[in-house]
Amino acid sequence: MIAPTTEADLAAAVASADGPLRVLGGGTRPVGRPVAGTPLSAAALSGVELYEPGALTLVVRAGTPLAEVEDVLAAENQRLPFEPMDHRALLGTEGTPTIGGVVAANVSGPRRVQAGACRDFLLGVRFVDGTGTVVKNGGRVMKNVTGYDLVKLMAGSWGTLGVLTEVSLKVLAGPEAEATLVARGLNDAEAVAALCRALGTPFDVSGAAHLGDGVADGPRTQVRVEGMASSVVYRVERLLAELPGFVAVEGAESAKLWREVRDVTPFAGEAGAVWRVSVKPTDGPALTAALRAAGLAHRALYDWGGGLVWLLVPEDGDAGAGAVRDAVAARGGHATLVRASEAVRAEVPVFQPEPGPLAAIGAGLRARFDPRGILNPGLMA
Amino acid sequence: MDMPDPRAAVLSKKANLVERLQAVLPADAVIHEAQEVLAYECDALTAYRCPPLAAVLPSSTEEVAAVLRICHEEGVPVVPRGSGTSLAGGALPTADSVILGVARLTEVLETDYDNRFIRVQAGRTNLSVTGAVEADDFFYAPDPSSQLACAIAGNIGMNSGGAHCLKYGVTTNNLLGVTAVMMDGTVVEIGGAHLDAGGLDLLGLICGSEGQLALVTEATLRILRKPEGARPVLMGYNSSEVAGRVVSEIIKAGILPVAIEFMDRPCIRATEDFAGAGYPDCEALLIVEVEGSDAEIDAQLGVILQIARKHDPVAIRESESAEESARIWLGRKSAFGAMGQINDYMCLDGTIPVDKLPEVLRRTAEMAAGYGLEVANVFHAGDGNMHPLILFDANAPGELEKCEALGADILRLCVEVGGCLTGEHGVGVEKRDLMSDQFAPEDMEAQMRVKDVFDSAWLLNPAKVFPLAVSAARRAA
Repeated sequence: MIAPTTEADLAAAVASADGPLRVLGGGTRPVGRPVAGTPLSAAALSGVELYEPGALTLVVRAGTPLAEVEDVLAAENQRLPFEPMDHRALLGTEGTPTIGGVVAANVSGPRRVQAGACRDFLLGVRFVDGTGTVVKNGGRVMKNVTGYDLVKLMAGSWGTLGVLTEVSLKVLAGPEAEATLVARGLNDAEAVAALCRALGTPFDVSGAAHLGDGVADGPRTQVRVEGMASSVVYRVERLLAELPGFVAVEGAESAKLWREVRDVTPFAGEAGAVWRVSVKPTDGPALTAALRAAGLAHRALYDWGGGLVWLLVPEDGDAGAGAVRDAVAARGGHATLVRASEAVRAEVPVFQPEPGPLAAIGAGLRARFDPRGILNPGLMA
Repeated sequence: MDMPDPRAAVLSKKANLVERLQAVLPADAVIHEAQEVLAYECDALTAYRCPPLAAVLPSSTEEVAAVLRICHEEGVPVVPRGSGTSLAGGALPTADSVILGVARLTEVLETDYDNRFIRVQAGRTNLSVTGAVEADDFFYAPDPSSQLACAIAGNIGMNSGGAHCLKYGVTTNNLLGVTAVMMDGTVVEIGGAHLDAGGLDLLGLICGSEGQLALVTEATLRILRKPEGARPVLMGYNSSEVAGRVVSEIIKAGILPVAIEFMDRPCIRATEDFAGAGYPDCEALLIVEVEGSDAEIDAQLGVILQIARKHDPVAIRESESAEESARIWLGRKSAFGAMGQINDYMCLDGTIPVDKLPEVLRRTAEMAAGYGLEVANVFHAGDGNMHPLILFDANAPGELEKCEALGADILRLCVEVGGCLTGEHGVGVEKRDLMSDQFAPEDMEAQMRVKDVFDSAWLLNPAKVFPLAVSAARRAA
């Protein structure tokens, strides 16, 4: 394991590498086609460079533990608005998630539906490309259209275009209060209809999820509001009027419901492969119905109002890839095989296969940012 | 400001090129007579003009693809144009280029309230996107001040912002998908009605690429339900430091206003003369707007006013009616018109870390005095996006050059304090030669490699964004 402690050392390590590198943060998110290569960890590049609560700006080295970032923000009653998922329970991994890993995987949670994804809060990056050159893009200010937006490109590129060494993020205040409206026993279509109705109100819903069969006490549909205490009370009242059959829970009880959704805990420790599918919300229930019709047994968890579908499927054969990708292709969207054995991930494309021209652009970008093909080669293939 | 010399080989084949374009487009969609192409000689950066070789106005993605295929084969540069409202010269042609205007691509293709998106052709104006959904109480959030005229295609090209970004983000945060045509005529679909496009974030890359990577013909945009209400409050202070502290404390208190606007004394005086909104005569004026139900607004303004009053305000004006709210916004909304009344002006849009505001205002005033020019400041304070307006007389010899030199100094100052050259207008030709002040050569090299992938011959809007000397080898290849 190479674990440089400075950006310059990391750049030198990449420049002098004579073979493939397996780029890591904390190593808690082993998603993608397995990579054979020397592990290169950015975890030793750690620490907060700059934090200005009054400007909602945080600049931090990529290897900084996510928990440390969250603690620093919490001390000023602020947080990462995109609510990044902790993959450890679902993927059965151990270790310390890093902020660089969150960015490299563009990890967002339930609040993505309201606030935006990790990439939407990423203001700037520094990274080492495949030649060992340090590149910076973006900055620390909220509005910046100076040159191309390589910041977005780096988010979700899984270390295939460069090794992140520093990230700047926009943060937001934590809320004074939160509450969740909960309904039990709705079927998928009823649930997603209710979630769409909630998201279409002016009441600033910050979470809209449905946990289908297999959850203790049966299917659970949930809608969250956060903000000033008096405002939460008001919006809960208005939403209850819009959503018959829901009841409200508050505070820690509400927060617990969302950690389960964020971390997909109903599928943690359950045998099988896990897919993460993004479609438009009303297509969520139609997609799972199509999978049932195609004979693919599964359990589903819907986040983002129905648009993010987590599927637990048997890990036989292609782990459902044929059926899942057909169902996605019929509707538009994309599917990622987030959890499966190395053997399955070596055979089944983990990321959504792209049409020729887009695949060519992706290949072209990798060839130019990493001309020797040494950074997580094949991971996104 | 220099532009590359037109390629003689392209100029000499104009007749043949026009003929080929006429074969794939309706007769009235190919504009090539010398008098007619003059309409496309500049955008809103009117100091620079050059008539293009021709202009085309396709009505479909297929027509756009046909045009690009021809220009690609013929080696003719193409300059995309939305509504021509760019303040950075993003749509400035060269004499050997074809302007590709999206003005005829204005249809709404799909509106979906359950899934909260609208799909439009990219020539549709920003305001008319909201116009298409507002009867149903929805809106499209990015609101650049040219929103009555500017096209979604241009908004995507420049990643446009507006006054409400602090809460709702800029174009890239509200763009779900595009249909785009590559320079060789290949049509690509990126993203869609779902959240987060798959694979590498090509959508994020195209947004803000100033028309240099691909030509966007259709866009899927996130729409939001309108808040129940909105209300501003106005406050005046006798120093910009104090106003800056108020902004920072409001944000730290956990309130996320939908807009925080700042005006300095020269700007206040000019707008008072022009619009008479009754603003206090003070060093720094803030307009803070919050959204929600009446009770929610009261609660937020309660916190804001408590902070505001702690800092010895010269004036505080609350609103108790729609008319009073409109009067609070009146001066701010007429700021640009007021400046135009006084003189010619150049509008910059550097962004700075918000805590550097007092320093930047002080040093800007000092630099302006050194040039013998006046600068008025209006500013999106919540997100640090400055809009210094440099007043000058375009008819006085040497004044434009002096004004540009001051503008460059101010933008270098923005970079020096940790900010950037442009927050929402784009680089275009206006800030092209300052890119080296913000980026090291390897930073620009990384960006230019992206263009190599999308447009290997560097035919799409080639003379923009990167300093000419930096991009010369690629453009000549």
